[in-house]
Amino acid sequence: MNFKRFFAVFKARSIEFFRDRSSLGWNLFFPVLLLVGFSFIFSGDGRSAYKVGVLTTTGNQSITLDQKAFSQLRYVDFIDYVDLEKAKAKLSRHSIDLLIDYDSQRYWVNEQSSKSYLIEKLFLGQQLGQQPDQHLALQSQENQRVTKELVSTTYTRLQSSGESIRYVDWVLPGILGMNMMFSCLFGVGYVIVRYRKNSVLKRLKATPLTAFEFVSAQLLSRLFIVMFMSTVVYSGCNVFFDFFMLGSYFDLIVIGALGAFCLISLGLLVASRSKSEELIGGLLNLTSWPMMMLSGVWFSLEGAPQALKIVADFLPLTHLVSGARAVITEGASLADISYHVNVLLIMSGVFLSLGAYLFSWNAER
Amino acid sequence: MSSAITVEKLIKQYKDVCAVDNVSFEVETGHCFGLLGPNGAGKTTTIEIMEGIISPSSGQVLYQGKKVDRNTAQTIGIQFQHTALQDFLTVKETLNLFASFYQRTIEQEELISLCDLSDFLNRDNRLLSGGQRQRLLLALALINDPQIIFLDEPTTGLDPHARRNFWQLIKNIKAQNKTIVLTTHYMDEAEQLCDDIVIMEQGKIIESGTPHQLLNKHFEEVFIYLPSEQVKQHLVTEQAWKVLNDRVEIKSKNVEHTLSLLMKNEVSLNGLHVKSANLDDLFLKLTGHSLQA
Repeated sequence: MNFKRFFAVFKARSIEFFRDRSSLGWNLFFPVLLLVGFSFIFSGDGRSAYKVGVLTTTGNQSITLDQKAFSQLRYVDFIDYVDLEKAKAKLSRHSIDLLIDYDSQRYWVNEQSSKSYLIEKLFLGQQLGQQPDQHLALQSQENQRVTKELVSTTYTRLQSSGESIRYVDWVLPGILGMNMMFSCLFGVGYVIVRYRKNSVLKRLKATPLTAFEFVSAQLLSRLFIVMFMSTVVYSGCNVFFDFFMLGSYFDLIVIGALGAFCLISLGLLVASRSKSEELIGGLLNLTSWPMMMLSGVWFSLEGAPQALKIVADFLPLTHLVSGARAVITEGASLADISYHVNVLLIMSGVFLSLGAYLFSWNAER
Repeated sequence: MSSAITVEKLIKQYKDVCAVDNVSFEVETGHCFGLLGPNGAGKTTTIEIMEGIISPSSGQVLYQGKKVDRNTAQTIGIQFQHTALQDFLTVKETLNLFASFYQRTIEQEELISLCDLSDFLNRDNRLLSGGQRQRLLLALALINDPQIIFLDEPTTGLDPHARRNFWQLIKNIKAQNKTIVLTTHYMDEAEQLCDDIVIMEQGKIIESGTPHQLLNKHFEEVFIYLPSEQVKQHLVTEQAWKVLNDRVEIKSKNVEHTLSLLMKNEVSLNGLHVKSANLDDLFLKLTGHSLQA
């Protein structure tokens, strides 16, 4: 290797990086933003491991000793529900892991959920801790069946009503949605910036092709690719997993296409002016990371701080995943998820209008 | 002859640089018009304003008396200095893509033949050589059968053989009475192809006219070169000739008279070389530095 040439290139590249203030700023800003974001999301006792629904139908606020002890467990979120059916549905759909009705001395578990199984054990253990004699007896026998029988003298064990789903069914819309998000944002945003940087856009500008024609073609081409790929992935995986599906495939395609359209519009907006691939990489990460973390892709936002839910509501992926999940796991129709549909339509309109307004074929010096 | 393009008082000011400084000229229909100057002279900025790619800070460009509008793109052809082509498309697919942008297009077979593309028609754009790539870019500039063609340093980076092939292509296009606007910093290219030229430096026009007019205006003499060891030092000093490395440069208004003088002084004429002034000499005279420096 010729070190003179190597060093010259190394120096030139380093100077370029440090003189590109937007890129430099981004490289400083992003880790700080991540640190701030994570410290907010996982503040307090850290992320909850389990979510327990507590039914409060009578409005009785007095709590017993055993309730108090259980509610003080760390890494467990307690979410109040008034509507039993709604709470049972949440349990069936993995949004919560256990449902307890202290007033009626009963609780529900989801037999399909490993987390439900574990939090039930914690709950039962906590109950036994409040009954010393029986606890001793239990220790001598160490028999799980007996444990349940002992606690059942005070609490009735019930299973979640309706068809329970597997975690894979619950997480499917999230994973497909996340995949669509990356394809839409990076597939459009990054490519447009590269085209702008290497003058492909400039060459196109010299033809009668209008910006609208170019942008529309990019948008629809990506929409077709994303929908095609998602359909192939879903169909292929369905052969092995036999996914749960309560709603209509047509509704699922509509919410999927709408979500993809919105995400592509967002990608176009992000890439509307920049010529720097490094900056656009950063901006796309800034756009995609919060969605990956906060849009309910991996875990339910049930029981999350209200502020976090508000932030999540401004993210298109939240509405895509929530809408698709409702169609798949609850059999919701387009009318039932009209809130998500409308939000996606409004966001698409805003992103597309801004993107078209700001779009530049070749950013001038 | 009518003007195909009129450029009036063009100024392009960037933050702290005036790239084009009050430039005006006319391009005659059917002529090859050359914008000459070193890198950074403002040639590309001027040509891109003429093409409508960037807007001027002030001044205007008229096509046959009309301002540049969206329809202008239908009637002009452009070959940029630096253009990437879309990856993973073949030459033929690229031609088809660009052909779809225009209302009126030249027959593809004719274009392939004119630009000599047949040997690599199905090759991926990424795999083209420099010369092949420039021929494809020229084909894209001609695809709408334009009457005005802009070529921005079309032969930069090509080897001498590829350059001469490219010149022939441009001569063939000229023969079709099309107007060509060419930027270059190769003086031999301008001499071969251009009917009219303007010379730019630091955003300004420093001279304009036909190459012949300009050379006649600025040079009455020809250059005679001889190996320096053959010319006695006192003669060099006496005649105020220049010594360039191992050669003596003699500027002569009368070649016959100069040769007689050399023979009278018993100077051997072995290795004698006579050269007329060219555009590079003109640029050197006007600016004090060579155009290709």
